[in-house]
Amino acid sequence: MTTSVDTVVREACVSVGHDPTRLMDVAREVQARLGCIPPAAVDAIHHDLHVSRAQVQSLVSFYAFFDDHPTSQITIRVCDDVVDRLAGYDRVAKAFADELGVTIGQTTADGAISLQRTACIGMSDQAPAALVGNVVVTDLSAERARQVVAELRAHRDPQRLIKKLGDGNNAHPLVKAMVRNNIRQAGPIVMSEPRRGEAIRKAAALSPAEVIRAVKTARLRGRGGAGFPTGIKWEMARAAPGARKFVVCNADEGEPGTFKDRVLLTEWPDRVFAGMTIAGYALGAREGILYLRAEYAYLRAFLEDVLARRRSDGLLGRDVMPRRGFEFDIRIQMGAGAYVCGEESALLESCEGRRGDPRNRPPFPAQRGYLGCPTVVNNVETLCCVTRILDAGSAAFSELGSRQSAGTKLLSVSGDVSRPGVYEVPFGTPIQDVLALCGGRDATALQVGGPSGRMVGPADFERTICYDDIATGGALVVFDSTRNPLEIAHAYMEFFEDESCGYCTPCRVGNVLLRKGLEKVLAGRGEPSDLEQFEQIAKVMKAASRCGLGQTSFNPVLSSLQSFRYQYETLVAEPAQGRRRGFDLDVATAEAARIRAGGTQ
Amino acid sequence: MSADPSLILDGREIPFVPGQTILQAADDAGVYIPRLCDKPGLEPFGSCRVCVVRANGRTVSSCTYPASLGMVVESETPELQAMRKVLLEMLFVEGNHFCMSCEKSGHCELQALGYRFGITAPQFEYQFPHREVDASHPDILIDHNRCILCARCVRTSRDLDGKEVFGFVGRGPHKRLAASTGSRLKDTNADVTDRAIDACPVGALLRKRVGFAVPVGQRPYDTVPIGAPEPVQEARR
Repeated sequence: MTTSVDTVVREACVSVGHDPTRLMDVAREVQARLGCIPPAAVDAIHHDLHVSRAQVQSLVSFYAFFDDHPTSQITIRVCDDVVDRLAGYDRVAKAFADELGVTIGQTTADGAISLQRTACIGMSDQAPAALVGNVVVTDLSAERARQVVAELRAHRDPQRLIKKLGDGNNAHPLVKAMVRNNIRQAGPIVMSEPRRGEAIRKAAALSPAEVIRAVKTARLRGRGGAGFPTGIKWEMARAAPGARKFVVCNADEGEPGTFKDRVLLTEWPDRVFAGMTIAGYALGAREGILYLRAEYAYLRAFLEDVLARRRSDGLLGRDVMPRRGFEFDIRIQMGAGAYVCGEESALLESCEGRRGDPRNRPPFPAQRGYLGCPTVVNNVETLCCVTRILDAGSAAFSELGSRQSAGTKLLSVSGDVSRPGVYEVPFGTPIQDVLALCGGRDATALQVGGPSGRMVGPADFERTICYDDIATGGALVVFDSTRNPLEIAHAYMEFFEDESCGYCTPCRVGNVLLRKGLEKVLAGRGEPSDLEQFEQIAKVMKAASRCGLGQTSFNPVLSSLQSFRYQYETLVAEPAQGRRRGFDLDVATAEAARIRAGGTQ
Repeated sequence: MSADPSLILDGREIPFVPGQTILQAADDAGVYIPRLCDKPGLEPFGSCRVCVVRANGRTVSSCTYPASLGMVVESETPELQAMRKVLLEMLFVEGNHFCMSCEKSGHCELQALGYRFGITAPQFEYQFPHREVDASHPDILIDHNRCILCARCVRTSRDLDGKEVFGFVGRGPHKRLAASTGSRLKDTNADVTDRAIDACPVGALLRKRVGFAVPVGQRPYDTVPIGAPEPVQEARR
């Protein structure tokens, strides 16, 4: 056993040339081959890769897709995102559990299958969904869950669970997924007909400074949610001293309810890679990294193939722009299950083989990023926009949208709608128009921009999707009048509590306090002062947290409190007879009672 | 007029050496900014957030943010003091801190800051987490109940002791200090003389068999409040 652990680790280390910064790849390989990363493997990695044991151990414990003890050959991860819960997660999870004879978090007695929960896997438009190994299983029902277990017991091959392939490239031999694209409205920019190679040829006719000018003239801003002007980011990285620079594409699409990057990577991968190449040319980088979330591992072989084809077509490698002396190549870095790695500096930490703790800023990635070199991190959709700007021209891009928000935005629409899927709309589109398009007739609450965005009510439906009104990274989750905004907020706070890296005090503690406070209010034990406390916690989290996660993760509570205050107010009351309503004598003395009864802790 | 670059801290001009953080510049100028995870000689970490200031209008951790020419920094404002108090209360309720039975009482920085900020009882509900005590090592004790995840021991062991005895595992509220080899402290090469043990600002890392050598009442913060100006410290010594 020990020999095989050592062999597996040795081979994994050889495959990355003993590069200690490739610890993620080594850990993923060991996890895949051994089913876990046991202490013996941690020791072996420490010796073979010359990284500290503390670093390996910390990394293994950080990512949801790594286990430090044996679980099983096959792991079923049922997605328990809010949208999946609306669509029947409880019934599906129960069917899995009953059929396997285990509860969530356990492994069957024969060690064959383990059952776990997981956060949003980017399939909200076909929920409830689950990952069986790397295989995505969508549109689950209790009956289908039971079938899945029966089939796995019979053949133990997740691939064989796929009966009907999805549309477009989902049916590609290297993808072979049952995932559907659900492209409901393709616009003229991001999801338009591809013209492969055009954009790079046009970029080659320009100087790097002219390429940046074209992006600035188009007024392109980051599509991940923050909206930083892309051209300015590129200029900063271009101006930063350093012979080695990097372009990183953030494909760690983890914001619950977001799945548009999944569709872009499936149907427009060339547009993404062309955008990275153009960015590389503009800022003087020769190397690019696509950071792909572990949940999208089913796309990896396909994307590697696209990269290989681009190399042989002269769109990557030595021959991209021979006369300009520009060469560029891209590698894929897989994640391992951590929402916070969508934060750009945490993503870079992960790329360097560490746990996904965000970095202190300054320095910013454009100054000192991957391996300390100037690095630009752009969203998948942003890079697709870049390709279109170079291909069709800045004017064609900026004539859509508004002055502050040029172009179009992809929206991932899910929840209580009749047509969930991806919609490309011009910036400035009113929310109610999107609702009309997607069939969200009974919409009562909307989560715009995912849980880190905000929950709005009907009073805000006339407002528009753009950076200066309601900004969004693209998620739009619709809730009808049967849903309780407080319960939605509570589910999202559970998510943030799980996904906080735990580095800084306000985020590590604040999310827990808000989640527990909501439970108290939902149980009818809240007081008006609790609502004031929510606002106070939110204020401190926003100002004092170290990264974007903690600076926004209170939003489910704060924004639902703003939009649906009356629902909170009906649940809280002033304490009677000076006794705190949240105080439960039986709960408070339960442990003493247990000790008195002769039990142990 | 000095040639050194300077910044404005709470209306007062203070010089700084390029490369210094706001906190380092304040320390050199004798201006105290409350902090827990920062310790001179260690790489800035920025986890506790108690040292938050407003620098040119942005709320930042002064222990990690570089000082710059003409920067306007606010520290002792009611808003920032309230924020620091909330952060301290969060740390108090997150762990199990029973000062009256803690060996570190009187030289605990968390306790001392609690006094400085007038915290009699936190406004948040105690979490009462179940946390382990690691008494496996013959000479050193880790009481996870009191750990505030400041990484002072982690950094000291790695950078000053040259050992890397400690690391962190887990994430979110489940993040905890861990022995870097094996599962407990006895499995590491930790030694009673390690500087890492003295780096702990609270009572999470203690030496065995030397408890209460200094009686309560005669400990540093029993007589001089944390962050007291130099003249006060001199007078009370």
